[in-house]
Amino acid sequence: MSTIEWPLWEVFIRSKQGLNHKHVGSLRAPDATLALENARDVYTRRSEGISIWVVESAHIHATDIDDAASFFEPSDTKIYRHPTFYEVPDGVKHM
Amino acid sequence: MTQAEKELRFQEKIDREIKIEPNDWMPDEYRQTLVRQISQHAHSEVVGMLPEGNWITRAPNLRRKAVLLAKVQDEAGHGLYLYSAVETLGTSREQTIDDLHSGKAKYSSIFNYPALTWADIGTIGWLVDGAAIMNQVALCRTSYGPYARAMVKICKEESFHQRQGYESLIKLCNGTPQQKAMAQDAMNRFWWPALMMFGPSDAESTHSDQSIKWKIKRFTNDELRQSFVDATVPQAEILGLTIPDSNLKWNEERGHYDFSEIDWNEFWQVVKGNGPCNKERLAARVKAKEEGAWVREAASAFAKKRAMKKSA
Ligand SMILES: [Fe+2]
Ligand SMILES: [Fe+2]
Repeated sequence: MSTIEWPLWEVFIRSKQGLNHKHVGSLRAPDATLALENARDVYTRRSEGISIWVVESAHIHATDIDDAASFFEPSDTKIYRHPTFYEVPDGVKHM
Repeated sequence: MTQAEKELRFQEKIDREIKIEPNDWMPDEYRQTLVRQISQHAHSEVVGMLPEGNWITRAPNLRRKAVLLAKVQDEAGHGLYLYSAVETLGTSREQTIDDLHSGKAKYSSIFNYPALTWADIGTIGWLVDGAAIMNQVALCRTSYGPYARAMVKICKEESFHQRQGYESLIKLCNGTPQQKAMAQDAMNRFWWPALMMFGPSDAESTHSDQSIKWKIKRFTNDELRQSFVDATVPQAEILGLTIPDSNLKWNEERGHYDFSEIDWNEFWQVVKGNGPCNKERLAARVKAKEEGAWVREAASAFAKKRAMKKSA
């Protein structure tokens, strides 16, 4: 049995000009060139993309799920950041 | 938080239709059930390429050949999406594949039946992919995020699989008497194995209740099997093929077709490894891995060398 395990890559695809690259999944490949070619074969068989990014999964840093509540707390408590927080008289238009 | 509290919170999330993601806390048994189910599903996609791949060079014309090639390539992709989903649960890819090769992991028993004639290829697309779609559509709303996302992508790609099979059968059924007979023969051999794809009956199914509670599954095996029969009978009528079941008839009261009991003895025999092609299928997978080892090693060596050159 082979013990060589290729690194894991995360795949991001831009479906058309003007849109963000979006995460679509992951795959294993020995290097970036093959990761891109494999991503093309696996994730864009029906013209789903015009541009692909691959990033080694090991290079992705993420927020800690257990701290999510306190980490995102500052924004949850600031409802005045939303337009609906403010009252304007009925007659006011274009606002 | 105690274990019981964690479990309670987990179930609350499930009940509120909040998807579970890889780093979220989950009960060990939920994780194990997913690893078993998703890897079994992945293996089925990959082993499923074997009976069809065998017919690519023998397709009757270039159009059918291109279509079959595209379908088989899709199945490879489906295997990969699902292996990636298993990996998010903390099981290594290598381990998952080795579990198939050692016989520890299972795959859908349908692929242990041989594809003997060209009509089998159309029938596989129609009935086998049709049954798979019935299962997979239900799984698009499964509670584990990566599995659900893989299913959505797979379902989008599957719809042509069934249609191309049905189209191919339409041609055969409107062809010569020999072609029609070949289609009927394929139907006779694949009907029951296709119904078996939904797994043991609800009374026998060991994991069903908990899987429904955790919303891994949304429908029971028998419910999905019934939906498949109801959807397929009219399609067979249009083809002019006879379903090999003398008890098959519409039940006005139930609003469903009645059909005979499955031969569960055959089902369990094939699951246990005694189907017509079990050994051949597994041997083909092991051979592919062993004979491809040098390619994987060479690609790794090449990548290492290039990285060294870059940093020098
Ligand atoms: Fe598939
Ligand atoms: Fe398929």
